[in-house]
Amino acid sequence: MKKEEYQAMDFYDIARALPLSRREFIKLTGGGIVILFAIGEPSLLEAQRQRGQPLPDDFNAFLRIGEDGRVSCFTGKIEMGQGVITSLAMMLADELEVPLDSVDMVMGDTDVCPWDAGTWGSMSTRFFGPPLRAAAAEARMVLIELGAEYLQTSPSELTVEAGVIYNKSQRQKKVSYAQLAQGKKILRRLEKEKVLEKPSDFTIVGTPVLRRDAVDKVTGRAKYAGDLREPGMLYARILRPPAHDAKLISVDTSGAKTIEGTSIVQDGDMIAVLHQDRELADQALKKINAQWEKPEAKVDDKTIFDHLLNVAPPGETVSEGGNLVDGEKASKTIIEKTYLNAYVAHAPIETHAALAKVEGGKATIWAATQSPFGIKEEVASALGLPAKDVHVMTPFVGGGFGGKGTNHQAAEAAKLAKMAGRPVQVTLSRAEEFFYDTFRPAAVVKIKAGVTATGTISLWDYGVYFAGERGSQHFYDIPHHRTTAYSSGWRGQPGSHPFGTGPWRAPANNTNTFARESQVDILAAAAEMDPLEFRLKNLKDARMIRVLKAAAEKFAWTPAEAPSGRGYGIACGIDSGTYVAHMCEVEVDRKTGHVQVKRVICAQDMGLSINPEGAKIQMEGCITMGLGYALTEGIHFKGGEILDLNFDTYEIPRFSWLPQIETVLIDDRNAAPQGGGEPAIICMGGVIANAIFDAIGVRVFELPMTPERIKQALG
Amino acid sequence: MKKTIRFKLNGEPRDLEVERDRMLLWVLRTDFKLTGTKFGCGEGFCGACTVLVNNEPVRSCQFPVADIDNKEVITIEGLVGNNGKLHPLQAAFVEHDALQCGFCTSGMILTAYGLLLKNPSPTRKDIIEGMDENLCRCGAHTRIIQAIQSAAQNMRGGLKR
Repeated sequence: MKKEEYQAMDFYDIARALPLSRREFIKLTGGGIVILFAIGEPSLLEAQRQRGQPLPDDFNAFLRIGEDGRVSCFTGKIEMGQGVITSLAMMLADELEVPLDSVDMVMGDTDVCPWDAGTWGSMSTRFFGPPLRAAAAEARMVLIELGAEYLQTSPSELTVEAGVIYNKSQRQKKVSYAQLAQGKKILRRLEKEKVLEKPSDFTIVGTPVLRRDAVDKVTGRAKYAGDLREPGMLYARILRPPAHDAKLISVDTSGAKTIEGTSIVQDGDMIAVLHQDRELADQALKKINAQWEKPEAKVDDKTIFDHLLNVAPPGETVSEGGNLVDGEKASKTIIEKTYLNAYVAHAPIETHAALAKVEGGKATIWAATQSPFGIKEEVASALGLPAKDVHVMTPFVGGGFGGKGTNHQAAEAAKLAKMAGRPVQVTLSRAEEFFYDTFRPAAVVKIKAGVTATGTISLWDYGVYFAGERGSQHFYDIPHHRTTAYSSGWRGQPGSHPFGTGPWRAPANNTNTFARESQVDILAAAAEMDPLEFRLKNLKDARMIRVLKAAAEKFAWTPAEAPSGRGYGIACGIDSGTYVAHMCEVEVDRKTGHVQVKRVICAQDMGLSINPEGAKIQMEGCITMGLGYALTEGIHFKGGEILDLNFDTYEIPRFSWLPQIETVLIDDRNAAPQGGGEPAIICMGGVIANAIFDAIGVRVFELPMTPERIKQALG
Repeated sequence: MKKTIRFKLNGEPRDLEVERDRMLLWVLRTDFKLTGTKFGCGEGFCGACTVLVNNEPVRSCQFPVADIDNKEVITIEGLVGNNGKLHPLQAAFVEHDALQCGFCTSGMILTAYGLLLKNPSPTRKDIIEGMDENLCRCGAHTRIIQAIQSAAQNMRGGLKR
């Protein structure tokens, strides 16, 4: 398996395929015209097959034109703020030639949506888009054939506007999709390549469209998992250890029983209080007296990096070229640096939540998740039920960022519901959310790089420990280079991390881009060159050159060798097929070490942009969220004990941090659409580090670049 | 000790029997099924649970329900006019795409409402200061500021509900 495939596969261990059989499926869909199609990156599906996991042998998404003329798209993808509920509907409406508001997206419901691995990796638009468009084109073809029959003419005589088929020469002869779908039960499977609309024919794709879920979200009508109620529902609070791997020595639940209406249930290690009132469940939990034995804390947030280097497995070469010995010889200056980054929390404002109902041997789950089909399997296994008897629904999800691919709360709720014989809701407290988060891993990057007398990068020896490989390969024109990954993926091995780690918005790439772009700036300074000029001199990749130039134009970058005192920074990178270049301006208070980012420009080349407004919103979101891991976010811990348990000590970006943000989309209508939810976050560490150096002449090699670290660097 | 408190909730007179310490958040979410008010952090740090009590934004997860006696509570559900029309702030959040996952949105809108009641013509700086204790993880901040600026403009000349 190729490295890139392995990385993305990292998600698959929590979500294996459980396809709906075709017979079950047909029962569910009812009348109308249904087109089945398959989505997924072919290489990923192939890789999954090689791992011996079953695949959706038939299809894993479909669309239906109902007898009422409404178009529904059924997909296992979920909406968590990234906006696919809008962009996927736009693609479908455009290709099928129906008004956008006649499209319903049915997302993340395991009974009616075919299997899907999960929503992550900026894959929804890239890998769902093309087959969705093809399916819509197939549907349009079926409808035109039916229309030709109905209007007694040939399909070539017909045209479609807003869901109505007209005879081109006699417009009074017309029939709507709804009329054609009446009494029909047509099932087609997408087989061959379809003739798609040319980008120039798009009427919806590529135009700014507002979010389709916005009205529900501003009125409080949008339901999230924790908002749902079932008759007789109980709230659960579960006894949690004070540290990961702590052992329960003794427990006294008698105090909890003094609160009327409390029931206490135990299943193996899990002890929970249940109450119909959430606050009383909270109070009852506090009255449980438990003694724990904490394992000796061997690492903390300061010693973790030495520990990781000590336990690192042998490296695997990600890419190489030329010869490092020759590279050293060609270099006038060789610089070796080590870059560090802390564990970072996902910290969505919605904590993990699930509501479970277990009745008559069937389980129904509503969950805040990026992986409804993963939950289906986890719950089936927890309850000993066949997967077909577990139905998972995904209401709106209040932020995921990679953290809601792990969903133990759903199986917990299901087990408790089964024991209690009543529906049970588990909504994590903020402290539980921090404690059980699968953090972005702490990581180390070591780089040895050289530059010639004329400012050409001559040597690049790059080693990344525990971050993961995504974004580790440089894209500069370097003759002698090697990139090595020590521990691939972001989960580490047993014994490496004292708690769970996992994918965090643009996994690995934030760490790798921070290290690479800092080092490139150091080389530029060694070559006494302007950092933009230095990058352009060492690049051959036309797309990267184009985004850098676009960012420079918007920023009005003027060349100067760093540190110029201006506080200007630059960084660029590639993620999910998308190219990004950032420039920023910072102000550093030398006394307090406080950094205020005043302005950030981001130029992004994501091929065809389906929803440019949505893409810009994602870019702004990435830039804003990225301020956090750059400046303040890093989990404090002592062994398996997490010391940051709320937003008082774990500081995420606020309004007062906000720079002026300007985004430039390089819209390439003829190129395939690429990912948009993650790329613009990857440069935030590097661009700010470089701007800090430009402002004050010192460099910080560890994320987050807290005031303390900046003061320390200033000496 | 049982006590009946009377208050207005989204314009409607209500009463509630209270016999122990309860926080407004859970009363709203459970007794009144107004789930637009969100639980985010439980300690008053994030602002997702913000509602208005006598036109003051408060953290409902920290606000004892006994303290709403004889007061007026407004939640996100109460901002929509009787004719079903969105409040100018809600409309501005929609028009400016000032949300992503939407989980902080109710608290953002009500905090902004409280701000505009006090200061109908806030500067950008006033808005940033007024909103600084409300957290958004998706990074919708830029557009939230724009939405509040544009709503303020639309609302000037008298607040309508």
